[in-house]
Formats: sequence, structure tokens, C-alpha cells
Amino acid sequence: MRGVWTDRLLGGVTIVVFLFILAPVASIIVFSFNADRYPSLPWGGFSLDWYRAILTDETVRRGFGRSLQVAAIVSVLATFIGFATAYVDYRFRFTGKLAFLALAALPPTVPVLILGLAMLSFFSLIDLVGTLTGVIAGHVVLCSPFAMALIRMRLAEMSPDLEGAAWNLGATRWSCMRSVVLPFCKPAIFSALAITAAVSFDEFMIAWFVSGLNETLPVRILAMLQGQVSPRINAIGTIVFVITIALVFLAQFLTTRKADKEAP
Amino acid sequence: MPDTITTSRRRPQIDGFAAFWAAPALIWNGLFFLAPLGFLVGMTFWVVRNYRLTPDFVLSNWERMFTRGFFWESFLYTVQIGAVTAMVASLLAFPVAYFLAFRARPSARRLAIFLLITPFFTSYLVRVYAWMVILAQEGVVNAVLGGIGIAAVSMLNTSFATVIGYLTLCLPLVILIQFFALSNVDRDLVGASHNLGCGPVRTVLTVVIPSARIGLILAAAFAFILSFGDYVSPVFLGGSSPPTMSILIVDQTKSGNNWPRAAVVAVVMIATLVTVLFSALALAYGRGRARA
Repeated sequence: MRGVWTDRLLGGVTIVVFLFILAPVASIIVFSFNADRYPSLPWGGFSLDWYRAILTDETVRRGFGRSLQVAAIVSVLATFIGFATAYVDYRFRFTGKLAFLALAALPPTVPVLILGLAMLSFFSLIDLVGTLTGVIAGHVVLCSPFAMALIRMRLAEMSPDLEGAAWNLGATRWSCMRSVVLPFCKPAIFSALAITAAVSFDEFMIAWFVSGLNETLPVRILAMLQGQVSPRINAIGTIVFVITIALVFLAQFLTTRKADKEAP
Repeated sequence: MPDTITTSRRRPQIDGFAAFWAAPALIWNGLFFLAPLGFLVGMTFWVVRNYRLTPDFVLSNWERMFTRGFFWESFLYTVQIGAVTAMVASLLAFPVAYFLAFRARPSARRLAIFLLITPFFTSYLVRVYAWMVILAQEGVVNAVLGGIGIAAVSMLNTSFATVIGYLTLCLPLVILIQFFALSNVDRDLVGASHNLGCGPVRTVLTVVIPSARIGLILAAAFAFILSFGDYVSPVFLGGSSPPTMSILIVDQTKSGNNWPRAAVVAVVMIATLVTVLFSALALAYGRGRARA
């Protein structure tokens, strides 16, 4: 039968493509436990040496601390801006709305390299280069559109009459925001916090241009790649993967749990 | 629906409440996104004197870049390798997206989508390092090739390795966009085509691809946009030779310390990306659509 033959071919190609997508991740994790100096086959035996090496590396530890700090602050700011923008798009109509939304949503479409260069040159005028504040300012620009998209999708599920009903019952718009809109958006707000933290934690181009000597963890990895390539990068990579995948997983869990709860 | 509610939900006036929610994005992105990009364009007319960026209005940076052969070689190479990546990514992604949209079980589909979203948020830098290890002279691929008696091939520092890196960056997104496009194809059309005696290949070519055209074109455009702007793959996998536009920018910024010239390259890149995006949109939504 013709159908079976084409299905097998399609399934085969799908598996090969997924192997290609997952191969780098698997390689990083597997070789982070490999004893050999050079990561290749055959397997050189199990070892935790590379983890020990990075845990005692002061530059890595400091970079890790800075990345966590930046990601935490960025996620809160970006989620607030994303929420505010999503709510404006949901609730109001005004002239220039398209321009407003373009300003809010376009940053991720500009290559981060160009954002980095633009921010480096402009931030040097206002003394933000070489500071974590500069990195945070840049990361919030990059991250808030992701928060906006997640929260806007959630708002699309909210009946527009819900707010109207609250207003008619005498609630002010501020109290209605607090007791109706915010609780409704809560799952999306938490996913947005997780996703924006993941994006910021991984971002290295803006950070590389703007951070100066205050290297974040990905900038530290970039510097290691430019120098002597070392299996320690596998160990850092595994830790970074675990953190970001945990954040993405958390975000997806929060989004799907809310959907399940509301399913009739 | 009572009228009071419908009228109250359309409050057109801009007051303090509305301004409060519009202000964060306006202020933040105005200050940290629009102003830097505007400054980037303005800076192309400035000069560097005694290692200092000095306000001016001269065209020398533009002349300097546009009259150099290496600039145009780099431009052509970057466009070319981006186009190759967009094509390869589209061709590789299509069978996968087709399988997920039409053949896979819902549970397999959910898992696949999770696996496609996750890489987007996990360190691209580290994944490129993984490819450096896998493709190296003593790496995994050559170890396997050696095992079956094929001599080691040097794959690093080639355009091939750069494309592998670009695919790592864009393939998951291309599959996702194609998958959503194919999911929206009318199943009745596909069924009708089968009933009228079309084989699977002819159905794909004459029914599925034309119906999913917009998504397929946009997916290819995004693959180009992502690869065109990338710096990591051409450096660490391609060995910076020949240099892409992104490498020119970093060289001019970090070692050349000539921000205005880097800004010229950046503005040319933005112009190219905008042109590609609008051509793709014109192609996707333009002529020939009525035929379907």
C-alpha cells in the first residue's frame, strides 16, 4: 500500500530532523561527565571533574550570580511592561495605536547584534556602559514583547463584558483591574516571568556589548569559546540548560494547567 | 447584551488610567530601543577623531565602506549563505511539519511541539559549542566515520559548518511555522484531491503547498532573517572566513574601535532585512492567491 510507504518515509525524516535538533543538547550533557580532556568517542569514563572545575572558578561563579540577578530584575520589569502593553491593546482604541504596538513589539525582530551595537553607542552617552543597569535596560527591551504576547493571548480569552459588569456594579477601573483583570491573567503573568527570565539568562550579545567588565555567565562562555576550548563549557552548558529548560517547562506547565482547570 | 455594557467597554478618551498603562512601554522602549536605533543611524555621519566619537555630518563612513571590495563581498556572501539556509531549512522542515500536521498522533504532536519550543529558549551559544565538538577533526562524526573505515574530514571552519549552526538556530522555528500553516489547510480539500485520484505527491504539490503558501514563505523569510543577523555560527563554526556582515560589525566595534563604520554595516543589514521581509509579505499575500 502506497500510504504505509510514504508514512514510513515521513516518520523517518522526522526522526532524523529531531535527532539533529537534539544532538547538540545530548552531546553537551553526555560529555560534561566524560573524563577525557578531549570530548570524543570512545567514552573516557565517568567523572565530575569538569563540574568541580567550574564550581571553583571564580569568574564563572561571579558571572552566574550576575546572570541570576539580571534575569530576576528583568523578568519583573519586562512582565510589568508586557502586561501594561497587552492591556492597552486589549482595552483601548486610539490614533497611533499601530505605531505604539510596533514600538512595543518590534525589538525581537532586530538582530541582537545590531541592538547591542546601538545600545553600546547610545548608552555610552548616558553612562550606562559597563554597568549591569545597562544590561537590564537592554534585556527588558528584548524580553517585554514575549511577556506581552503571552498575556495578550490570555486576555483574548477574557470576556470584554467582565470588566463592564464590574464597572456597572460600581467598581472603579483601578479596583476592577486589581480584583478582576489581574487574577484572570495570573497564570499568564507567571509564565511570562519564567519565559522572560529564561530569555535574559541566555542572552549574550547585548550583554557582551554593554556589560564591559561585568561579565554575565553567557558572556563568560563566549570568552571561553574565544580562548582555549575546554570541556568545562559542557558542564556550564548542562547547568544552563537545566535552568532554562526548567523555566520553559514551568511556563508551559502554568499555561496548560490553567487550560485544564477551565475545561468543562 | 445590555447597551450600557457595550457602550462602557468602548471608552475612547485617553485619561490618566489609559496613560498609566501605555506609559511603561512608551518610555522604556522610547529611551532604550528607539533612541539607540535612531542614534545608530545618526552615528553613521559622525567621525572618530583621536579615538573619540565626534559629532559631525560627513559621508566619509558610507563612502569608505561602499567603495571597499571586502564590504560587497561580505554582503553577497552573507545574503547567499542566508538564502541557502532558508532553502535547506524549508526543505528539511516540510516533511516534518507535514508528518506532525497530518499523520502524527496528538500525544506525539504535543511532545514534538514541546521539543521544538524548548531549543528557542536554551543557550544557542552552548549548542554551537556542541557542534564544534561534534564536527571537530577528532570529534564524534569523524570517530564514527573512522570506525567504518572512512578517513577523517575537516568539517570545521567551512561554510557547511556555518549552515549547520544556522540550522540549529532556525530549524525549530521553521518547522513550527510550517506546522501551523499546514494545520490550517482544509482537510476536505486534501480528501477531495485523493477521491479525484491524485496521488500523495500530486496532492501535496497542487493542494497542500498552495493552501499553506503564506506560512511556508514566512517560515523561509524568518530562517533568512535569523541567519543573516547571526554572529556566533560564522565565527565559531565557519572560522570567520569569509567574514559575514555580523563579523564586520564586531571587528569594527571591538578591535577597530570605529563605531560609525560598524553602524554603516548595521544600517545596510537593517535595510536588507526590511527589504526581504516586505518582499516575502508581497509574495505571500500578493498575486496568484485568487487562483487557489
